[in-house]
Amino acid sequence: MEIHTQTQPIAERERSHSGSRLWAAMVQSKSMYALALPGILYLILFKFVPLWGLLIAFKEYNPFQGFWGSRWIGFTNFSDLFSSEVFYLMLRNTFAINIFSIIFMFPLPILLALMLNEIRHEVFKRINQSIVYLPHFLSWVVVASMTFFMLSTDIGLINKLISGMGFGPVSFLSNPNLFWGLLTAQSMWKEVGWGTIIFLAAMAGVDPQQYEAAVIDGASRMKQIWHVTLPAIRPTIIILLILRLGHMADVGFEQILLMNNPLVNSVSQVFDTYAYTIGVLGGKISVGVTVGTFKGVVGLILVLLSNFIVKKLGQEGIY
Amino acid sequence: MSYVATKKLTVFDYVNYSLLAVISIACVFPFIYVFSVSFTDPAAYVPLQFYLFPEKWSLAAYKYILSTNSFLNALKSTVYVTGIGTALSIIISFTFAYVLTKKHIPGRKLMLGAVVFTLVFNAGILPNYLLMKEMGLLNSHWSLILSGLTNAWSLLVIKGFLDSLPPELEDAARIDGCSDIGVFWRIVIPLSMPAIAAFVLFFAVSYWNTYFNALIYLSDAKKWTLQVLVKSLVIDSDSNGVGTGGSDDRVLPQETIRMASIVLAMLPILIVYPFLQKHFAKGVMLGSVKG
Repeated sequence: MEIHTQTQPIAERERSHSGSRLWAAMVQSKSMYALALPGILYLILFKFVPLWGLLIAFKEYNPFQGFWGSRWIGFTNFSDLFSSEVFYLMLRNTFAINIFSIIFMFPLPILLALMLNEIRHEVFKRINQSIVYLPHFLSWVVVASMTFFMLSTDIGLINKLISGMGFGPVSFLSNPNLFWGLLTAQSMWKEVGWGTIIFLAAMAGVDPQQYEAAVIDGASRMKQIWHVTLPAIRPTIIILLILRLGHMADVGFEQILLMNNPLVNSVSQVFDTYAYTIGVLGGKISVGVTVGTFKGVVGLILVLLSNFIVKKLGQEGIY
Repeated sequence: MSYVATKKLTVFDYVNYSLLAVISIACVFPFIYVFSVSFTDPAAYVPLQFYLFPEKWSLAAYKYILSTNSFLNALKSTVYVTGIGTALSIIISFTFAYVLTKKHIPGRKLMLGAVVFTLVFNAGILPNYLLMKEMGLLNSHWSLILSGLTNAWSLLVIKGFLDSLPPELEDAARIDGCSDIGVFWRIVIPLSMPAIAAFVLFFAVSYWNTYFNALIYLSDAKKWTLQVLVKSLVIDSDSNGVGTGGSDDRVLPQETIRMASIVLAMLPILIVYPFLQKHFAKGVMLGSVKG
C-alpha cells in the first residue's frame, strides 16, 4: 500500500505510457495474482466453462460425436419444448409451488419473529430460537426421511394414529391434491425458524422510546405491535418480498426429487427435475440443456428485475 | 418488550408463550420420535404402538448398521469428501476473497464481476454434469469436492469480513518489509480466525449434507455418500422394505434400523449445532442484507 501510493504520482506524469503503467501495477501485484489464482481457475473451469455447454441447446447432441461433431439445429429444441405439453405442466407447477410458498410461507417468519420479539423471558426465548433454527441445518434427505416416518401409509406415525382410531390410511405422500401443500409444509418446518433472524434483527433496531411513548398513549401490546413494530420492519418486509419474487423460477429441487413418486408426477415435474430425468437418466442431453437454459434465462431476468426494483427503492440489492 | 412498565404476565403473554411452546414441540417432535425408535429394543418394538421414550433401550439397531459394509463405506466417503472439501474450500475462498478486497490490483473489478455473475446465473445441471464427465470425474469423490469448493455468496461474505479488518496492521507489516503473501499469512489469517471457524462449519455442513451432486455424479453404489445411502435405505425401501430378505441378519425390525441411519446421518450436524447457531445468526445477516 505504502509503496503503491508513492509510485502513483510518478506514473501519473507518464500518461502516454499508460500501458506500461498498467503493466507495472500488474507486476507489482504478482503475488496477489498468485493468491487469487486457485480461485480464478476454479471460477473459469467450474462456473464459466459449463456456460459453453448451453450451446448444446442449439444442437442435436450426439454423445458419440461430441460437442463439435453434433449438428447445429438452431431453435428447433426450443420450439419443440414450447410446443410440448410437459412444458406447460412444468410452468404451471413452478408457478403454483412458488405461489403456495409466497402465500403460506413468506408471512410466517414475520409472525414468528413478532411472537419471539414479545418474549421477555430471555432463557425461554433463547431455547425457543435454538429449537426453531435447528431444522435449517439438516439435509433434505433427513427431512424427507422424517416426513416418511410421519406420513407414509405403511410406517407413518400419523397413519398409525389414524388407523388406531379405526379409520383407513391416508395417502399423504402419493395424493396429487396434497403434494404442493406437503412441499410447503415441509419447507415451513425446515426454514420458518431460520427466516425469523432477519426480521428479529430489524426489530432489535426499533428505538425503545417509541414503545414508551406508545405505552403512555395507552397502546395495548397488540397496538404496539401494529403501530410501532410492524411499521419499523416494513422496509425489510418489502425488500425481502421483492427479492423473493425474483426467485419465482426457482423451486426446491432436491426436495421435490426426494418427495417425488410416479403418482404425483403431474404436479411435481418442474424444469430442474425434468432436465435431470430426461438429460441424465434418459440421455436426451439436448432436451435437458434446452430446459435448463430456458429456466436459467427466465430466472436471470427475474432476479435482475427484482434487484433493479430494490435499488430503485433506495436499498442495497444483493450485489 | 421489556420496556413495558408492568412486570405482570398478561393474557397476551400466556397465549404467546403457549403458542411458541407448541411451535417448538412441533419442531422437536420428529427428532424425539426418530431417536426414540432408533434406541428401542427390537424385541420390544411394536410397529403399531408409539412411545415417546423406548420401554426397553437398546443399541442393536446402531450395532447392526455400523457393522454393514455399505454404511461404513458411505461414512468413509462422506468423511473424506467433507474433510478434504472443507480444507480446500477454506484455502481457495479466503485467498481469493482477500485479493478481491485489494482495490489497487488491475483486473479486480473484472474478478468481482465474474463472482457476482455466478451469483445470478448458473449453467445448470447438464452442462455441469457434462463437464464432470469430460474431466473423467464421474464416480470420483473429487466431483463432489470440486463442485462445492466455493461460491459467490461465501466469497462476498468473506470479502465483507476482510474489508472490515483495520488496514493499519497490514500497512505496518509492509513497512517492516513483509511481502504480500507474508502479510496475508501472518496478519490477515490470524485476524480472520472467527470467520474461518464459521466457514469451516458452513462448508463442512454443506459437504456433509450434499445429496443431489452425489446422486448424479456417483452411480457406483460403492462410492455413495451417507445422504444417498440413507435415502435409498429409508425412502426407496418404503414399500418393499429392507427386512424382507429373510436371512438372519434381517431379524431386526426395519424401522429401528432406518431411524438409526437417519440419526447417524444428522449426528455430526447436531454436535456442531451450538457453534453453527452462534456463528450463523450473524452470517445470515451479512449475507442477506449486505451481500
